[in-house]
Amino acid sequence: MSSDSNIDLYRRRFLSGTATAAAGMAVVPGVMLHEIAQAKPAGDAVSSDVRWGMLIDSNKCAEGCNDCVQACNDEHGLRGFDRPATDAQWIRKVKLKDKQTGHTQTLPLLCQHCEKPPCVDVCPTGASFKREDGIVLVDKHICIGCRYCMMACPYKARSFIHETLQDQMPHAPRGKGTVESCTFCVHRVDDGRTPACVEACSAENHNAMIFGDLNDPYSEISTQLKQHNTRQIRADLALNTGVRYRGI
Amino acid sequence: MKTLDFREINGGLPFYMLLGFIGVFVLAGLGAAFYMEHNGHWVTGMSNQIIWGTPHVFAVFLIVAASGALNVASISSVFSKSAYKPLARFSGLLAIALLVGGLAVLVLDLGRPDRLIVAMTYYNFKSIFAWNIMLYTGFMAVVGVYIWMMMEQKMNRFTRLAGFSAFIWRLTLTTGTGSIFGFLVAREAYDAALLAPMFIIMSFSFGLAFFMLVLMALYKWSDRPLGDATVTRLKNLLGVFVAAVLYFVIVYHLTNLYITQRHGVERFLLMDGGIYTQLFWIVQIGLGSLVPLALLYHPSTGKSRGWIGIASLLILIGGLAQMYVIIIGGQAYPMELFPGKEVSSSFFDGVIASYTPSLPEIVLGFSGIAIALAATVVGVRVLRFLPVSLADEQVDPHYSADKKAAA
Repeated sequence: MSSDSNIDLYRRRFLSGTATAAAGMAVVPGVMLHEIAQAKPAGDAVSSDVRWGMLIDSNKCAEGCNDCVQACNDEHGLRGFDRPATDAQWIRKVKLKDKQTGHTQTLPLLCQHCEKPPCVDVCPTGASFKREDGIVLVDKHICIGCRYCMMACPYKARSFIHETLQDQMPHAPRGKGTVESCTFCVHRVDDGRTPACVEACSAENHNAMIFGDLNDPYSEISTQLKQHNTRQIRADLALNTGVRYRGI
Repeated sequence: MKTLDFREINGGLPFYMLLGFIGVFVLAGLGAAFYMEHNGHWVTGMSNQIIWGTPHVFAVFLIVAASGALNVASISSVFSKSAYKPLARFSGLLAIALLVGGLAVLVLDLGRPDRLIVAMTYYNFKSIFAWNIMLYTGFMAVVGVYIWMMMEQKMNRFTRLAGFSAFIWRLTLTTGTGSIFGFLVAREAYDAALLAPMFIIMSFSFGLAFFMLVLMALYKWSDRPLGDATVTRLKNLLGVFVAAVLYFVIVYHLTNLYITQRHGVERFLLMDGGIYTQLFWIVQIGLGSLVPLALLYHPSTGKSRGWIGIASLLILIGGLAQMYVIIIGGQAYPMELFPGKEVSSSFFDGVIASYTPSLPEIVLGFSGIAIALAATVVGVRVLRFLPVSLADEQVDPHYSADKKAAA
């Protein structure tokens, strides 16, 4: 599929989506008010009133379960080439074993959506950027593929596209020679939904991942963060990550 | 000292054969770049673990050497050493040529080299890379003006000012290059302010070694006299620079060895790192530092052009090894996200990343050197960069007095 027709498809979906949303709002005012209130109307600018974040409970993360990874791959059309060293991974399951006690645990690791992201600092063109709502993204149009962001990321969260890609998802455009990473499923979030990994984790009833607005004191994630002791990975770097962990 | 006569080197068949020979390497590099861009970087040794590979080793090496090649001019203009004046123009040319070669490799290894214009038009001013883009282009402009001031008699009075500007600019440039790594807090092998001055002293050493090799080769090739006074002066200086690089390397590793958190990465680089450990001890320290020091200062080899040439070449090979250890070794050692834990994943967390340079990467890297040499020989062919004679009586202010005294 050429990139032009991709764009056309994207536009069609976007326009029909907007039209449907408008019609729905006109016909059934008040219905599903909660979800619509969370969604960002397409015309509105992203606001810093919201800061999206994720809480991952490693105690609930099941060893051997890979559903979050699979959901991410399906959602964004990440298909490997059986070349693990160069295949893109936006989220990965990491197994930890304590060197002294032998205690093991697993957790998903993804872009931590830092408040002060080193990838954004080092990007020469500004292709790496952070939205007002805290989601860190790559503008694929001005990424020159220098990979400095990958050198700077303390979480090894980014992948470089090493080959020509086919059959991409219209909502997740990717391109050979550019860098990419977890988008917090920005297309779903802007639509009032949760990221695919979180949905998959809940579907399995593991509920190890919670997504929500860190700025809203009444959101589930804020309540949980207030109740429990949580950690940032590499907190010493003072990046104020959007992803927090319990049980590590 | 007599008035110096600068002339272009001769053209004709030998010149075009030389250019053609270098051109083969340039074309091979372009072909390699096209192959990598066409297929994607999976055909190289690079991966999501080793993000910057062999092309970066060559590119950073050449960029560092570029600013060092300007040293000879700086000593002449900034520190008013008249013995270096005949070499100043050529020093400026070689500096620009090496920078062009290094930048070409850097750009051709980008994921999207076709977007070079984006790099020139979109700037994130917090990015050290963005600063470097300005420092590189600015360097070429500043050194270009400097060369003009030296070549145009009417402008000669501005030479010192231009030389001083170029000197400050080159120190800033190499600080910027070192800081590309020095400011990377995430990786234990980097994250050290010491890298900036270390890169500066490395530039002195690699740049002068390049300068001496190319100078001796060009004078031999063009049958122009090159006196011992010039060569001896340069080789003594080169020895000092090599020793200074060693000093910085020792301080860098001592610092890391003192910090418990960094014992892992030090053990990797200095003891268990396989190819990186071998490159460090055998090539960088042994062949690239200690052997050249011995050759340059030994009473017999220190007087031989051949041995001085070999010492310069070894310094360059050692420099490439040093860059390889810094750039690739520094990435191969895994980042520690969970202290006290053994880490494993499908994304190579917690393991030493493997990297084998592929042929296209090596060819692209060497083409950077070829581009620099091509630019240099074209430069000395079309403009008056090189004195017709660098014989001792031409360049040594004390030569005639010494001769008279001897007589």
